[in-house]
Amino acid sequence: MADEVVLLDLWSSMFGMRVRVALAEKGVEYEYKEQDLRNKGPLLLEMNPIHKKIPVLIHNGKPICESLIIVQYIDEVWHHKAPLLPSDPYQRAQARFWADYVDKKVYPPGRKIWATKGDEQEEAKKEFIEILKVLEGELGEKPYFGGESFGFVDISFVTFSCWFHVYETFGNFSIEKECPKLMAWVKRCQERESVSKSLPDEKKLLEFVYYLMKIFGIE
Amino acid sequence: MGEEVKVFRTWSSPFALRVVWALDLKGIKYETIYEDLSNKSPLLLQYNPIHKKVPVLLHNSKPIAESLVILEYIEDTWKHRPLLPQDPHQRANARFWIKFGEDKVFPAVRDSLLKQGKEQEEAHEAALESFKLLEEELKGKKLFGGEEIGMVDIALGWLANLVSVLEEVLVLKFIDEHKFPLLSAWMRLFADIPVIKQSWPPRDKLVTKYIAIREARLATN
Repeated sequence: MADEVVLLDLWSSMFGMRVRVALAEKGVEYEYKEQDLRNKGPLLLEMNPIHKKIPVLIHNGKPICESLIIVQYIDEVWHHKAPLLPSDPYQRAQARFWADYVDKKVYPPGRKIWATKGDEQEEAKKEFIEILKVLEGELGEKPYFGGESFGFVDISFVTFSCWFHVYETFGNFSIEKECPKLMAWVKRCQERESVSKSLPDEKKLLEFVYYLMKIFGIE
Repeated sequence: MGEEVKVFRTWSSPFALRVVWALDLKGIKYETIYEDLSNKSPLLLQYNPIHKKVPVLLHNSKPIAESLVILEYIEDTWKHRPLLPQDPHQRANARFWIKFGEDKVFPAVRDSLLKQGKEQEEAHEAALESFKLLEEELKGKKLFGGEEIGMVDIALGWLANLVSVLEEVLVLKFIDEHKFPLLSAWMRLFADIPVIKQSWPPRDKLVTKYIAIREARLATN
């Protein structure tokens, strides 16, 4: 009997993109359902009643919520192909640690870079660059955060890369200049079809942010 | 073969207690190193350079930081007495509630301690809302893990001890027996489990500690 896999998502969400990349890495076919978060549909409210957020993966009628939890679920269910987490417990712990670091640290200052101005924006930009440098340090000379293979930490962070253009434009800085090795890693990841097909065009995202600012009345 | 397991903790850290409980439940022997966070040891800074916090687990000289990451490591390494279900969907559900505890329950309770006035009221409200959801999740179960303690119980276990301490410190009710009968019963059941009971920090010391934290906060405002 065929698996029924549905993804409730928003095209611009770096969290939703993580799930798209993971499903693509595993070659899993699924139905993508774009959500309108200002007018949440009954399926989203039924499948994620607690947070009412995307992404939600629905596998044979059962929902899984929270992007990194979904990615782990995907890795466990479709375990015969493209392992996303290492098999060694210590390596797994390192992967979980760094994905957790990305999850906690990257989004808030990133958002402030485009949504705020003046001192608050400057502070956010400094914090953001510092965090990227820590991540660049962790990457070191490895091709991927997972070592030789693309994996959990790569998935958790690469989905922010399409938003770099937004941060650079608003923050007036170059991530390439600040973190060249990280940008090399981004380009390496983008050569993977799972990534290039799952991430939207960075220019579309910039237009989207201008649009958001208009409707939220941010200058 | 000797396995060297060390736990870096403070006497009161609720996060470090999670690690202690998991190791004790699995019957793993370990050495405890108590840290003074106002004077962090060079070893702690070496083993957790990113966050510089407790707990840290050291296993055969390799450090793991972040209590929830450590719990998953313990589960991956010592497979007897499992703390997570086998079924992937149930595992995802357990991880969902662990994250809910971290993202919603803990910050609301913490802010009830650290904030004043309207901000404290809002934090308290948010805490009560989060307890309602935990109460729902406990329907038909004794423990979040079902019949036996699981990782969700361990992750949320700080509630079973700290809530009554904070209720005393703040003179504020969090978990009313009548409003939250299942959660109250869970707290009592959890706290009474021998492995848990034996490791609670002394209550009077905790009350003193949290009164001091609250007073220091109020003084800076």
